[in-house]
Amino acid sequence: MKRMTIAEALREGIRQEMRRDERVFCIGEDIAIPGGWGGAFTVTLGLEEEFADRMINTPISEAGLFGAALGAAMMGMRPIADVQYGDFLFCAMDQVANQIAKMRYMSGGKLTVPLLMRAPVGVTGRGAQHAQSMEAFFMPLPGIKIIAPSNAYDALGMLRSAIRCDDPVLMFEHKLLYGSKGARTESGAVDASGDIPDEDYTVPIGKAAILREGGDVTIVSHLLMLHHALRAATKLAEEGIEAEVIDARSLVPFDWETLKASVAKTGRVIFVEECSKHAGVYAEIAATLAEEMMELLSAPIKRIAAPNTPAPFAPVMEKFYIPQIDDIVSGVKELVEY
Amino acid sequence: MKKKTYSEKFLLDLYRKMVLIRQFEERVKFLFLEGIMPGTIHQCQGQEATAVGVCAALKEDDVITSTHRPHGHCIAKGLPVREMMAELFGKTIGCCKGKGGSMHMGDLARGIVPAVAIVGGGTPIAAGIGLAFKLRKEKRVAVCFMGDGAANEGVFHEAVNMASIWDLPVIYVIENNRYGASTPVEKVFRVKNISERAAAYGIPGLTVDGNDPLAVYEAARQAVERAREGKGPTLLELNTYRITGHSRRDPALYQPEQEKRDAKANEPIKRFAGYLTGEGIVMGTELEDILKEVDAEIEAAVENAMLSPDPKPEDALEDMFVE
Repeated sequence: MKRMTIAEALREGIRQEMRRDERVFCIGEDIAIPGGWGGAFTVTLGLEEEFADRMINTPISEAGLFGAALGAAMMGMRPIADVQYGDFLFCAMDQVANQIAKMRYMSGGKLTVPLLMRAPVGVTGRGAQHAQSMEAFFMPLPGIKIIAPSNAYDALGMLRSAIRCDDPVLMFEHKLLYGSKGARTESGAVDASGDIPDEDYTVPIGKAAILREGGDVTIVSHLLMLHHALRAATKLAEEGIEAEVIDARSLVPFDWETLKASVAKTGRVIFVEECSKHAGVYAEIAATLAEEMMELLSAPIKRIAAPNTPAPFAPVMEKFYIPQIDDIVSGVKELVEY
Repeated sequence: MKKKTYSEKFLLDLYRKMVLIRQFEERVKFLFLEGIMPGTIHQCQGQEATAVGVCAALKEDDVITSTHRPHGHCIAKGLPVREMMAELFGKTIGCCKGKGGSMHMGDLARGIVPAVAIVGGGTPIAAGIGLAFKLRKEKRVAVCFMGDGAANEGVFHEAVNMASIWDLPVIYVIENNRYGASTPVEKVFRVKNISERAAAYGIPGLTVDGNDPLAVYEAARQAVERAREGKGPTLLELNTYRITGHSRRDPALYQPEQEKRDAKANEPIKRFAGYLTGEGIVMGTELEDILKEVDAEIEAAVENAMLSPDPKPEDALEDMFVE
């Protein structure tokens, strides 16, 4: 058992998987330069010392590196491809959306694409182009599984599942949850570290986690907003409102069973995300819930999300843009009073 | 063309494959215009020597990526026309179980990545295939077929550069058929030969008569040898001409009449037949026999495809994820 941040847990997980399986390799920008950063948020720091051949440091060529990862995956390798900021996935969009997501299907199921893609997301004082929560852009794209762990234990367990999975998996990680240290420390970071067991555990893709039980209302969230939701639940408890908090953590496939069981108990649900509200992650989840489980609800579905603008720079505007703990508290109260 | 340094069998195999591609494409065009075959098609009549010449330099376990115009590449690399025809008819016995169709034709088991129908999209994928070979220290190579248009996609730059800096065993093959859809190459390139761009990546670039299967074979053989020795990629530009439309019913009115007439006189099958008879390699009815055998193979493929059952509609829901 060892206490680790998400960045440390991911690094340890990648190291162990590369030791365990020669097919696993990393490909990305600035991931393997001695004296460098180990990727934008230190996840691969120092791995090039142990795996000189399998840490592929690429030019600034996102389409190129994701396409190369696909080619290698089809030939039986197990690449881990990452971008420095999720926003850069748009540069690789043809490879991700047209090639990686569709290749197995187009082949009639005759080939496999065991490929893990990693991308940091979240608003962090960097303006509009290093800020986007990218999850919702990929959800309408059949052929890719999407995960978003909010703590170190899940990050390592889901990383292992994703690397061992024979399908393409896209893992979103939040910049403020990494716990990156040194020159790559993020201001406003939230502690998402956890106790990591020594044994080789996994966390399955497709299963949500109930992080707090309660009977009055269900709060569903992921990544940074999940931490806000937990803080909001603590505040609400002081006022006698018991919120059940679900970490969705696997967006595709989504764990409908856990959501359904919780809503059957509470009758009220509020979704919290950092994506823009318009066609955000929970727009889809809420629509399906309303379509198929309306009878479970005793109040309207509520969504708390970022507004439909790019992320602003000025700290006061940025704070307004990102959903805050108090927004969740008042949202829950509205529901309970409905 | 070079004097007889090739076996008769090798030369007749080249010829047979080129004729198989031509007759396949002509039969498919007819079936399509008759309204019997669904979908859309991009055909390669006139470009047979590029696919056949390059693939003749490859081994069975080498891998190619193809384009929206993939039929010639697939046949040249060894995909049976029986499975291809069934795929074009959308049948379960097709090489992609009816999920790929013309533009995604392929079979990785035979070293053919399902065709990438986004222009330039195969360039980094081929680099990744080469990277896998290099990481595993296998002496295999990847060939990336593309049209002239692909050289103007941004991803081409990213991919060829990566292949170059890592010395990947990849051959980038540009089939320059002089038109990106309807746009002539002169309107979209300042360089005279696209292969000049190889200099930007510090790799060899070569422009070859793409209607001469032996010239193509020789150029490809050298590039493949170089790649297998770990010396990195080559950019091959094969000059050819598409003597049919870009797709479906395109009458190719943008191709000048004189140019079309010249191209037909220079088309590879006629030229190669002339070479084979002129050099005395064939004396009797070998070429006619090949044509008959090829036509019979194609007819059997058509019959087999048309008689085979359609997939179940709900098969559409299968084959996305392994788990």
